[in-house]
Amino acid sequence: MSLKSEKHIVLKVDNLSIGYQTKKSQTIVAENINFELAKGELIGLIGANGIGKSTLLKTITKSQKALNGAVFVKEKSLEDISNMTLAKEMSVVLTENVAQTNLSVQELIALGRQPYTNWIGTLTEEDEVKTKSAIEAIQITDLIHKKCFELSDGQLQKVMLARALAQDTDIIVLDEPTTHLDLYHKVSVLKLLQKLAKETQKTILFSTHEINVTLSLCNKLIVMKESMTHFGSPKKLIEEQAFDDLFPKDLVIFDSDSSSFKIV
Amino acid sequence: MIPLKKVIQVLLGDESVKESWQYIIINYRVPKAIVAVLVGAGLGVSGLLMQTLFRNPLAGPYVLGLSSGASLGVAIVILGASLFGGVLGQFLVTKWSLIIASSGGSFLVLLAVVIVSSRVKDTMAILIIGLMFASVTAALVSVLSYFSTAEELQRYIFWSFGSLGNLTWDELTILFGAFVIGIGLTIYSIKSLNVLLLGDNYAQSLGLNIKKHRFVLILATSILAGSITSFVGPIAFIGLAVPHLTKLLFDTSNHKILVPAVLLSGSILLLLCDSISQLPMSEFTLPINAVTSLFGAPVVIWLLVRKKKLFV
Repeated sequence: MSLKSEKHIVLKVDNLSIGYQTKKSQTIVAENINFELAKGELIGLIGANGIGKSTLLKTITKSQKALNGAVFVKEKSLEDISNMTLAKEMSVVLTENVAQTNLSVQELIALGRQPYTNWIGTLTEEDEVKTKSAIEAIQITDLIHKKCFELSDGQLQKVMLARALAQDTDIIVLDEPTTHLDLYHKVSVLKLLQKLAKETQKTILFSTHEINVTLSLCNKLIVMKESMTHFGSPKKLIEEQAFDDLFPKDLVIFDSDSSSFKIV
Repeated sequence: MIPLKKVIQVLLGDESVKESWQYIIINYRVPKAIVAVLVGAGLGVSGLLMQTLFRNPLAGPYVLGLSSGASLGVAIVILGASLFGGVLGQFLVTKWSLIIASSGGSFLVLLAVVIVSSRVKDTMAILIIGLMFASVTAALVSVLSYFSTAEELQRYIFWSFGSLGNLTWDELTILFGAFVIGIGLTIYSIKSLNVLLLGDNYAQSLGLNIKKHRFVLILATSILAGSITSFVGPIAFIGLAVPHLTKLLFDTSNHKILVPAVLLSGSILLLLCDSISQLPMSEFTLPINAVTSLFGAPVVIWLLVRKKKLFV
């Protein structure tokens, strides 16, 4: 058996077209997207603004319908999976602002246990344990008694990540987890994701604009461009020159020697 | 005035007390107190549900046009009775038709607001649309009143002042039944209310069937606000203020605490308002609508100035 087939594929995207469907017309944002994500991998999704990163993540997380092709979560088509079952396989962290609630951090993280709790949401001992270990993994024990509206952007991002972790799913999808954060906190969040993927064997997919950091931390990358969507390890993509036409070349160009973008 | 001791004797079933006093207490004071509890608790909860569903601290049965919808329903029944005439007119004036018309009116307005809000994502726009619905229904009511008789008009206007009295034990049973259904649906929704705080997308990612739960919440709100409005008139302020007072006092957004807390503080607030409207030592009774606003609004303003923040 080859090495590749031994890998446990948890998320497979097959010839996917994404975009918006209205009664009269179809707006295709991107098409021909193919990739397979394995257990324990950290995958970065990069591309210019407006290229369809969020649309792709929405399609994968079932909040938007695919125009064509299919998404498979553990070999089951996304269309055949109920919201409830999907909630036990995949958790998400969105860019949406939830800061205006008066829930405590502890209560918010415990909401991650909703798919497992009874009709009124009583937390069992197992739920408490999972919540606690999520809090410890993200190292925010000092925050748990704070109210959500008191948190800074960086803290809130970590709390939402802890909530996703408490949901105890094999796949975590994050939409731009590093926006609003300074360089130090960006790297610390991404390092944390890398550590989580390695230690807990979760598959973590996130979209980002931090190309330089992503190149050095991720196992695989999805690169979305007007012409096509690339998928592969950072090394393979640099060899394929996938980054060269990521942006218009009048302002920034990719330097493959240093694997980073430089201002012209 | 009936002495307190005699009141307690009557409540304990002592039949030696003067018969007129017994009659007043059992058929007027006690039902009125129960109505105050049901109305305060029910409107408070319907406001809480609206604020969470729309994730907007300004939402409430009055602001979103629910009360106007109920008013339109009642106006059609009371003012339209002569227009329809005959057997249909006879049917229309029964109490059951009032409650059905009123709940139906508020349900339709709320449904319209929700349909529009699924297209318009901006919550501010939703509130403005609610206000527009309110003014459309108000216009329809005035058209109806133009064509109705003076007697019918008087009935409608008295209804719109709001009154916690005037309910017989039979009517109280109907109101209680509607209240139990509405609160039952609310308790069933507690878990989903907490995730809805995070927004629709997060709620869905946590396995919630958004369409179903949104429908249940709308149903609960319109049953509560509709039935209450049909029996006691459109009571302003309570639906908006009680959830905020409760959230400020209990300092949480967790609905497991909020739902019972709103039930409690709503009942207390309206009982208080009712006591004030009776004006002890005087012959006058103020309209309950005026008292809730005069007494409650300053309290909310004071709390907000102190705490400086409104939460969903």
